[in-house]
Amino acid sequence: MASVKFTQEHEWIRVEGTTGVVGITNYAQEQLGDVVYVELPDIGRKVMKGQQAAVVESVKAASEIYAPVSGEVTEVNGALADSPGGVNQDAQGNGWFFKIKISSPTELEGLMDEAGYAAFVEGLK
Amino acid sequence: MSEPQSNAPLARTPLHGLHVELGAKMVPFAGYDMPVQYPTGILAEHNHTRSGAGLFDVSHMGQVRLDGAEAARALESISTADLQSLAVGRQRYDLFTNDQGGILDDLMVTNAGDHLFVVVNAACKVQDVAHMRRNIGQRCRITELADRALLALQGPGAAAVMARLAPASKEMVFMTGRALDVAGHACFVTRSGYTGEDGFEISVPASGAQALARRLLAEPEVKPVGLGARDSLRLEAGLCLYGHDIDTSTTPVEADLVWAIGKSRRPGGTSKGGFPGAAVIFEQLAKGPKRKRVGVKPEGRAPAREHTELTDSSGRRIGEITSGGFGPTAGGPIAMGYVEAAYAKVGTPVQAVVRGKPQPAHVAPLVFVKTRYYRG
Repeated sequence: MASVKFTQEHEWIRVEGTTGVVGITNYAQEQLGDVVYVELPDIGRKVMKGQQAAVVESVKAASEIYAPVSGEVTEVNGALADSPGGVNQDAQGNGWFFKIKISSPTELEGLMDEAGYAAFVEGLK
Repeated sequence: MSEPQSNAPLARTPLHGLHVELGAKMVPFAGYDMPVQYPTGILAEHNHTRSGAGLFDVSHMGQVRLDGAEAARALESISTADLQSLAVGRQRYDLFTNDQGGILDDLMVTNAGDHLFVVVNAACKVQDVAHMRRNIGQRCRITELADRALLALQGPGAAAVMARLAPASKEMVFMTGRALDVAGHACFVTRSGYTGEDGFEISVPASGAQALARRLLAEPEVKPVGLGARDSLRLEAGLCLYGHDIDTSTTPVEADLVWAIGKSRRPGGTSKGGFPGAAVIFEQLAKGPKRKRVGVKPEGRAPAREHTELTDSSGRRIGEITSGGFGPTAGGPIAMGYVEAAYAKVGTPVQAVVRGKPQPAHVAPLVFVKTRYYRG
């Protein structure tokens, strides 16, 4: 049973066993506007929780994407290189950024669940 | 697009309520609460301006009129353009310079017949007006037109819209201006803009601005466009943004804006010099500037944004990006910036250091998308 967790920096991570699929939230893509470039991490790169792992650029500006948990990057969404707009179309599905082998599952406990994130976003409006 | 912020409350243009009603995302810009984009987003707004007609609120800019027989001669004493030869109804791009040859602001000047109509940048308007009052206030009457809004209608569809609402606009060509009734509003209209497209800038009494904007938006070609697309459009057209691409540390020669110095006012001209910093500027003209503003085309897909370092192939710093991003019509990243003169030739390979990684790029013409000004 996959569960999805959220960060205050508007990343999501869908946990599938020991792997996490990471992307940005629908709220984040709305705030960014049209995404024109995505810089993805190298496969095999080890990232710490909170460390910059990717970059997403809209027409306006570049924004850093942080690793929601520590681990090793195992796969990236190469489709975003040719069609970065996929992030706008399906941020919490096909617009995922990278997969990570989770090294410290306990780090997931500090993240928000869907209801918690929805309330967090509501508080930003 | 962000500007230095202060704690002062943000000013509002006469169209503020309309922007909010249209669902714009409002941001602080030059002390004003301005629309950066509407719900359709920057890409759609950019593309619409290139295919239809975009309506921009540029009421934050400074509108000033100079009255008096001496006005053109007086303004020439603090700026670079040839204004005494500016015929009635013609408009020119002009630069305020300082004693070091640096650029204090760029401006548009139109000979309106009985006065000069001047438009300056929003972020500079307070100091520009003070500068004019201090230096030429004895020689002409300076009136800030704070009771007027400024709308820009830009794009290939603009002419047809204006032809319906102000038929006499058909007689206008690029860089001309005249008083014109637009849908019942007493306006001063110039055929110019900041997008590289044909289009108009419409100075309208603030009291009628919202009604005129709604009238324009009711035309089938017209959609509202925010500051986000205004920036990507002007970047594709190679146009400078004051405070970024030009400022007091850059001269007209370095900025590749020698064309904004009137021919008669250059070395060998009939009324050479006569503006602040002319000696410095002429020395640079003679010897060549140390650095020059150029277009920069990143070869990959990563945008190279403002302050991105430019290096040669060995990694030595040769300059910096001053405006950069994604060009929707260009179809990829585009930028402009300054490089050492030896690297300024179009085609010269350079590296743009994006997030610590050198990315291949080359010097390119400043105009990334062919401009389509209407010259008759």
